[in-house]
Amino acid sequence: MLEWIIVLPLLGFLINGVFGSIIPKPIAGWLGTAFVFGSFVVTCFLFSDLLSALPAKGAVYLKVFTFLNVGNFHVDIAFQFDRLSAIMALIITGIGTLIHAYSISYMSDDDSLYKFFSFLNLFIFSMLVLVLGSNFVMMFFGWEGVGLCSYLLIGFWFKNVSFGKAARKAFVMNRIGDLGLLMGLFLIYQNFGSFEYTEVFAKFGRLEVGTGICTAIALLLFIGAMGKSAQIPLYTWLPDAMAGPTPVSALIHAATMVTAGIYLVVRCEAIYALAPFAREVILWIGLATSLMAALIGLKQNDIKKVLAYSTVSQLGFMFIALGCGAYTAALFHVITHAFFKALLFLGAGSVIHGMHHEQDIRQMGGLRKKMPITYATFLIGTLAITGFPMLSGFFSKDEIFTAILAQNTGVFVLGLLSASITVFYTFRMFFVTFHGNYRNQHHSYEKIAESPLLMTLPLLILAVLSLIGGAVNFPNYMGEGISKGLYHLLSFDGGGSFSPILILPEQSFEISHVKEWILFALTPLFLFIFLVARKKYVVKAAVPEADADQVGFGKTLANKFYVDEAYNRSFVEPIELVSDTLTEYVDEKAFKSSFDGIGRINQYVASLLSRFQNGNIEYYLVYMVIGLCLLLAFNLF
Amino acid sequence: MSSLSIFNQLEISHYIYLSTVLFCIGLFGVLFRRNAIIILMCIELMLNAVNLLFVAFSSYMGDADGQIFVFFIMVVAAAEAAVGLAILVLVYRNTRKTDVSFLDNLKG
Repeated sequence: MLEWIIVLPLLGFLINGVFGSIIPKPIAGWLGTAFVFGSFVVTCFLFSDLLSALPAKGAVYLKVFTFLNVGNFHVDIAFQFDRLSAIMALIITGIGTLIHAYSISYMSDDDSLYKFFSFLNLFIFSMLVLVLGSNFVMMFFGWEGVGLCSYLLIGFWFKNVSFGKAARKAFVMNRIGDLGLLMGLFLIYQNFGSFEYTEVFAKFGRLEVGTGICTAIALLLFIGAMGKSAQIPLYTWLPDAMAGPTPVSALIHAATMVTAGIYLVVRCEAIYALAPFAREVILWIGLATSLMAALIGLKQNDIKKVLAYSTVSQLGFMFIALGCGAYTAALFHVITHAFFKALLFLGAGSVIHGMHHEQDIRQMGGLRKKMPITYATFLIGTLAITGFPMLSGFFSKDEIFTAILAQNTGVFVLGLLSASITVFYTFRMFFVTFHGNYRNQHHSYEKIAESPLLMTLPLLILAVLSLIGGAVNFPNYMGEGISKGLYHLLSFDGGGSFSPILILPEQSFEISHVKEWILFALTPLFLFIFLVARKKYVVKAAVPEADADQVGFGKTLANKFYVDEAYNRSFVEPIELVSDTLTEYVDEKAFKSSFDGIGRINQYVASLLSRFQNGNIEYYLVYMVIGLCLLLAFNLF
Repeated sequence: MSSLSIFNQLEISHYIYLSTVLFCIGLFGVLFRRNAIIILMCIELMLNAVNLLFVAFSSYMGDADGQIFVFFIMVVAAAEAAVGLAILVLVYRNTRKTDVSFLDNLKG
């Protein structure tokens, strides 16, 4: 059964990729959707099998074939369906199906629809290889595969040069991270002689906490996670990746691919448990990323850019949780974030669709009357991400804050600041888009209409999931039996027959009563920020100022702290200077002239020799006789 | 022995001189004449010079191998003459000439 999860999207990719141009457009879309849905159904079946078989069996293995067998070096193409990969596969195929269906309508005007769907299916395939692989090499294959698909889909409208450049930027920045990941894998093999998860982690169990090699491997793997999950300093590609079609942003750059870094760290919990220094680094980088992205988000006016920075910020939160050792909380936030961020992106896509590809929120306003379903679902997504009580984001953020509070009060204050900013800029985007007066001069307000059912249905489903998604891992006070489902699943110990996903028992994040009261005080605080945002953008109907009117710190924020400029100045421009110099002096002058010289010598010699070949039989006969005489002479002397 | 005795009356060197002279006549004919028919005839002359040498040595050594070789050469020469003449006829039909110096279409 396991093979079908992976084979179905691959089949979809091949069929649409090879025959796409002769398949009618809607069929190509439905075909792509059907294959991913099939994969989702198989995953559901396997997951229920896995749950029912739990006390006896912890994972399903499938070895397809031996990939490499050189001396001691042995790598299998093999898959492992355990609780962690099952959860990831459910997110990928489930949300993937919804976004595929949504894309049928969203992309219906595009001429190369089949190409879009074949890339999407290839992405789902690669992502499944990433999470279902049973060794680090398989994970690396998937890791590179999703990077490629991300590149292809960001640059899907490659005729726009800046979109192509955004794709290239994403690819190059990911390569930097991949280098770290690759070096981490080399170190793992050098020290443990295997790539199989089970073997490697079993050997890690015998090491001391804080061993140098553990810290080195953990840090190198984290560099890979930084690239894929857009953390400082490798985060700048993610906002630019919004050049891709909106469903791509929802699927790849919000719900699934960017969480691969979190998956990596959770999967390698055995390594990170032994590397407190690496966890400390993760904690601070996550915190810095979360704060910085939230601040930048305050001044962005492109609806997708706001969501992109909010994604970076939320990923930062997940890494904060990982840094605290709260792996369950991080994975929980991955799940809820996948729900509400996919919802927000698809909602934004619906708005962009309705506005004829206008993305600037200053050009919108008052859309709530024209797009009621989008408005309602977007509101749910906004409430979920800001942590409105009893919605999915509330529970997952709450858990992260509990973990932070149990460890480090300073980090808690800064994290709180970041979360408060999140509330403000998310509602700013929401109010400016849907409330107030319509401000666009180019399209008349009357022509704006709600998106078709195929687009609103995924929105509704995701809205329901964002509402109830917290049930995955309710906190203890919700009552025994239904609480901590995810935690129990991940730390379930088969008692020797198999080990839990989280090998070391997660520290229980016990916090004092005072701190618990602090956590309860968060909701009124967030409510207050909500009211401030409402007062500014609804009551006073303020519109974000034009780019030219930005001043002071706001201008710095609107220009994203000038990080892109700094990177350009310090990395891109020197490299371009070097390559321009090499082109001009080495390539053009030195190489080109020397190669031309060789060519000219050859031509001159050939022109001399070609005189012998004058076509006259008599000359040929003379050559023949001379040749024979020479042969004879050689034989004689 | 009696049938070959007539050859043995002459020194072997005389045969070598004769066939060398014949071969050189043929060779220079091939090299310096332009008429294709004469070139063909000169090739025959060279072949037969070699044949003569074969037979002479065969008799001198008392070994029949050389004579067998001569038969093969005769067969090849006959075939070569037939093909060569056929080509010549066609060349003549197309160019109305038998002069080989006009046939320079293979110029590189």
